[in-house]
Amino acid sequence: MAGNTILSFDRVTIHLGGREILSPTSFDVGRGEFVCIVGPSGCGKTTLLRAATGLLQASGGEVRRDGHVVRQPSREVAFVFQDYGRALLPWRTVEGNISLALEAAGIPAGERPARIAGVLAKVGLAKHAYKFPAQLSGGMQQRVQIARCLAQKPKLLMMDEPFGALDALTRQTLQDELARLVRDEGLTVLFVTHDLEEAIYLGDRVIALQANPGPSRPSLARMIDVPISRPRDQLSTKEHPEFLKLRRELFSFIEQSHD
Amino acid sequence: MTDRIFRWLRPWWFPVIVLGGFEWYARTVGKSSDAIAPPSAAVRAFITAVGDGSLLGATAFTLGAAALGLLLAAILGIASGIALGLSRRAARTAFFSIEVFRPVPSVALIPLAMLVFGFGLQMEFSIVAFAAFWPLLILTQAAVRQVEPRLFEVSHVLGLSPAQRAFKIILPAIIPRLFVALRLGVAVALVVAVTVEVAANPNGMGYAMMIAQQSMDPALMLAWLFWIGVAGYAINAAALRIERWVGRRMGVTA
Repeated sequence: MAGNTILSFDRVTIHLGGREILSPTSFDVGRGEFVCIVGPSGCGKTTLLRAATGLLQASGGEVRRDGHVVRQPSREVAFVFQDYGRALLPWRTVEGNISLALEAAGIPAGERPARIAGVLAKVGLAKHAYKFPAQLSGGMQQRVQIARCLAQKPKLLMMDEPFGALDALTRQTLQDELARLVRDEGLTVLFVTHDLEEAIYLGDRVIALQANPGPSRPSLARMIDVPISRPRDQLSTKEHPEFLKLRRELFSFIEQSHD
Repeated sequence: MTDRIFRWLRPWWFPVIVLGGFEWYARTVGKSSDAIAPPSAAVRAFITAVGDGSLLGATAFTLGAAALGLLLAAILGIASGIALGLSRRAARTAFFSIEVFRPVPSVALIPLAMLVFGFGLQMEFSIVAFAAFWPLLILTQAAVRQVEPRLFEVSHVLGLSPAQRAFKIILPAIIPRLFVALRLGVAVALVVAVTVEVAANPNGMGYAMMIAQQSMDPALMLAWLFWIGVAGYAINAAALRIERWVGRRMGVTA
């Protein structure tokens, strides 16, 4: 696994406002792996994701990507925000929003339309290129944000509760689309969610964090592998004995850590 | 059909009655007055001014000075407004200087501007620029502070350069508020330009109106007054139309 590690957390500690949000946490993420981070609110899962992206500096320890310490965001790492409505430029059309990633990367204007059409087809928005975000549903807006991330051709995809604000049906559709995209593109994903089932369904590995860390209470509480084959299915996977076993294990842990 | 005509005529009743009353007053009670003239005489004076080219020349001078001053104020005001909006430290540093200079009445700068530039275009547009700079600066600064913070993170993650961030994120994000500031600036620019001409600068519409008044020609003076009003209305209407057009291009569906 050593040569295949894309991201490694080395005793990462984060203090915000004088409070310890994340106690020293170490783990590695392999190339092409789908890692889900779950935990109750306030456990530092989003903070950990931001530190991994370089949007925030760890107070102690370091995050290394491909062996180099992460100090600021890179175009190799894409970030999908939960609040798609605020992360899209309301004055640009779908096409213009995706173009922003290409403009930032200095892609010549002539090459942009083909690449925009390519990513729009991947997320199923080919017919909506000229609409403004306000004219789209929440699920479609989140697809635009994912398309913009794909347009920058990242190696790593950071997702901060991307489907948290969507209704259950849309969420399931997007979960399956994401799983397919990640497989097709060979992406590595760090996916933050508070939904246990979502974490097990999507992840190769689930990392559970707990809130209020202390000397005898590390932030990283559990790390479990999900040995369920892919492609997964909303019905049969969620009835799989392994799925139910993992869900029970994580659920009882979350219950305990709430006191 | 008649209904439509009546609706179209409705806003004109009031000015027509006022003008008619004024015409009647000037022709009867105030017949021997040197201070007032009937609107019909003002119309004749207006046509003469159009005919001899003095109207066009003076209008071009005043609007040109106002536009140049506003342009200078917009460039400086928006640029420094963005800088102060982005950096709390810069805003704190500049706060005192701004609060000292901003309340200086722009008209009080006429003597200084006259000393530095003499009479003419430069002196007028520099005072216009000073007057319009402050509202543009303050409103731009406030607008930048209200840009969605998430968009800054997006530009950070996408790796936009500082110039790209200014032109692709900040400027478009503040445009609706910027238009409010610009329309305020247009009004300020016109008021200050005409004031400078009435008070000092021997050019433009304000000066032409003063000369008409001083040479006991109330008809011509009223013609100028009317024309300045028309120019102000037209400029405001044009600014509103540009604002709506830009709004549609930027996805405002209202």
